[in-house]
Amino acid sequence: MALGYNTITFNPDKCDGCGDCMLACSQAKAGSDDPVHSRIQILTNDADASAEGQSAIELAMCRQCGDPKCVSSCPAAALSKDLSSGTIDWDSSKCVNCLLCTVGCAFGGITYNAEVGHVTKCDTCDGNPACVKVCPHGALEYNTSGSVYNRIGDKEDLFVPGLSACQGCNSELLIRHTLRNVGSNVVVATPPGCIPGMGTVGYNGKTGTKVPVFHPLLTNTASMLAGIKKQYNRLGRDVTMLALAGDGGVGDVGFQSLSGAAERNEQQLFMCVDNEGYMNTGMQSSGSTPAGSWTSTTPVGKEMQGKRTDAKNMAKIMMMHNCEYVATASLSFMDDYYDKLDKALAASKRGFAYLHVYAPCPTGWRFPAAETIEVCRKQVESNFVTLWEFTPEQGLQFTRSVDKPAPLVDYLKQIGKYRHLNQDQIDHLQRRVDSQVRSLKAFEQSSAVS
Amino acid sequence: MQHSKYLIIGSSHAALEAIAAIRMQDPDGSLTLITRDNHLPYSPTVLPYVVSGRSHPDNISLKDQAYFDLHAIDFIPGRRVEKLEPDNHCVMLDNGQQWQYDKLLLATGASPLIPPVPGLDQTNFLVLRTLDDAIALRQASDQAKKAIVLGAGLVGMHGAENLAEAGLDVTVVEMQAQVLPGYFDPQAAGLIESAFSQHGVTMKMGHRAVRIEQKDKGCQVELESGETLEADLLLVSTGVKPVTDYCAGSGIKTDQGILVDDHMATNQTDIWAAGDVTQAADFYSDAQVVTGILPDAVEQGRIAGMAMSDDPCLKSYSGGIPINTYTFYGQQAISVGASDVSTGTLAGCSEVELSVDTDNGFFQKIIFKDNQLQGISGINAALDPGIMWQLILRRIDLAEDKADFVAKPLETGRRLMSKTWR
Repeated sequence: MALGYNTITFNPDKCDGCGDCMLACSQAKAGSDDPVHSRIQILTNDADASAEGQSAIELAMCRQCGDPKCVSSCPAAALSKDLSSGTIDWDSSKCVNCLLCTVGCAFGGITYNAEVGHVTKCDTCDGNPACVKVCPHGALEYNTSGSVYNRIGDKEDLFVPGLSACQGCNSELLIRHTLRNVGSNVVVATPPGCIPGMGTVGYNGKTGTKVPVFHPLLTNTASMLAGIKKQYNRLGRDVTMLALAGDGGVGDVGFQSLSGAAERNEQQLFMCVDNEGYMNTGMQSSGSTPAGSWTSTTPVGKEMQGKRTDAKNMAKIMMMHNCEYVATASLSFMDDYYDKLDKALAASKRGFAYLHVYAPCPTGWRFPAAETIEVCRKQVESNFVTLWEFTPEQGLQFTRSVDKPAPLVDYLKQIGKYRHLNQDQIDHLQRRVDSQVRSLKAFEQSSAVS
Repeated sequence: MQHSKYLIIGSSHAALEAIAAIRMQDPDGSLTLITRDNHLPYSPTVLPYVVSGRSHPDNISLKDQAYFDLHAIDFIPGRRVEKLEPDNHCVMLDNGQQWQYDKLLLATGASPLIPPVPGLDQTNFLVLRTLDDAIALRQASDQAKKAIVLGAGLVGMHGAENLAEAGLDVTVVEMQAQVLPGYFDPQAAGLIESAFSQHGVTMKMGHRAVRIEQKDKGCQVELESGETLEADLLLVSTGVKPVTDYCAGSGIKTDQGILVDDHMATNQTDIWAAGDVTQAADFYSDAQVVTGILPDAVEQGRIAGMAMSDDPCLKSYSGGIPINTYTFYGQQAISVGASDVSTGTLAGCSEVELSVDTDNGFFQKIIFKDNQLQGISGINAALDPGIMWQLILRRIDLAEDKADFVAKPLETGRRLMSKTWR
């Protein structure tokens, strides 16, 4: 089976060409301040900057290709793909300086350095890249999703095959990954919503999971889990309590028992899979549905132009309960999600943990099924949703910068439920996004002070 | 009779690349690699470094038995193909064994071209194409004092440098007026020649050998000019020719090499060819050419492997262009695409940007046509050949970036390519 690998990612929109990464690389690899030694080359061109919508920043560095042509072109077997780390390794004892590897590379990733007299290339600093650490703008990142997938891929999938989620739904991806990581020592509650609807609680007398699962009412998920947990504690068994609920089961009908459990600091992990409405029953509006959204109960017509009121920010509300752990997450940022899942699981041993994960819905929001992860990404990049975590000790901290967001319209325009929006509605949503970010930033600052 | 779904003849770059491509699509189909060589797969390109001692013969294998085991590949060295029977999907080996195939790849490479110089066939000489050749040349250079290198192509130039560095008195004899014709223009070639002269190598350009004789332990080479050279080691490096002898009577169309289409298919069903053995599309013209260079072998091998395993991502061969990276006495010469507008398909093209600094051994020549890059060659000039290759193949319009490109081909090339990827 193919392995996933960690990788350095570059976002030219965030790069201002400061060159700190090149300096750090030169220092790390050659002990020199001369950028000629840098294995990452940031290329700027003033002429391009004026051209509309074009980034002037380009990049030349090793892509650590899956089918590396530098390796294929090496006559001396000096280059090889390390199948565990994914990097292309260069063996100085075998290299004959023929430069044919540089013919194979179309990225400028392996180049002859006349100062040292041989080719050089990025080795990702053995998984701790110097360039990423010094990037002041977050343009360079070290994405560890690859190793996360490998780690999780080795664990047993605790859902049965053949769940009947809609095409392109990321909830199935989410819950399969989650339960692999949580493991089998768990009781899962799936209140009415898409997740039981796709077959996780099962049918014909069989469950859709390989672990105990039950189907509470929308209203009593948190209290049922609290009771089960207390009984297990009484028996001296440490069992994880996991709720996989939709936004309706969290913020509307399910809120009373959720708020109570959080207030009592019950030991459970409550996960909200937020698709911004009651999608499995026919796409009705919920308290999580953003203003302007088309739903079957907030139609677009003469009288109405989609939902008239704003969504409530459930993650923020849960933070105000001062839970052991609260975080938001997106499946476009898996390494961030897994980090939070681990923390939430640990917190659920002590008390109440709440994870709010965004689940764009191709069927209900009307966008192509293949675009889900991209929609997730744009949600985050535009600050429509923000990634942060909270603990009573540390307060709120963003796990991804909210500075320099992508334009909100780039997010809205790819989704059918926003197609009718007029400028006033877009402006309203922008103000809402800005005020949410301001408010969360204020929390972050107050955490830093205290 | 033996049977293999995929039968690959040859074991260097084209064959190995084809195997990798096949295994991407078909991890289980039986796959057999037969080569006339007696060693694990290696590259002919590494051999000059075996001669110089930089590479050890045990350390140059491109793949080992563990790789073949991992990918369920049957590796059969030391067997030569005698005959092909395309109608029966059958290959006959030199030991009489018959192999049946579903799909066959001919990647038999090339062998030294021995010029018809009178007396040469009666004389002891060395060539450099196989690992055994390299070991023999290395041993011979330990004992010899004086060497003649016939032919100033890549093999000859590498050989001359190695022999000179080993302390031999070396003379290079080349029929054409310059070294490395086809890759560098006369001016650039002159810079390379002078480096050799400075290191004590005698360069006899534009000289034809008319008679060669065996003399005791050595040889005597008589030139057209009447001059006579003597040496105790003779390296013949006057080029290579595709190995196609086994194609006789098979109906496979050959010219200088095996003729292939844009998917490396021969004119016979279920038979492909790739690498130095082929005569394939040229990038610049409608002709079919023998390029005999490593990057093309990799490219062709991959295409053939993809075609053989019905890879849906199969793309057509974009046509061969000359590419050469050559290191001599610590200096770098790089040539991608056309290098000379005095002859060939770009004859008369006037969009040439030349920059030369003889004192510092710097040379850079860029050829454009209709604002598209046609070729770039340099000595001690910083270039990314892989990027230059793509700029040529993709016919990228450089109209707006031409001045930048001429001033800074390295940075501008990288920037253009990065932009193209996005």
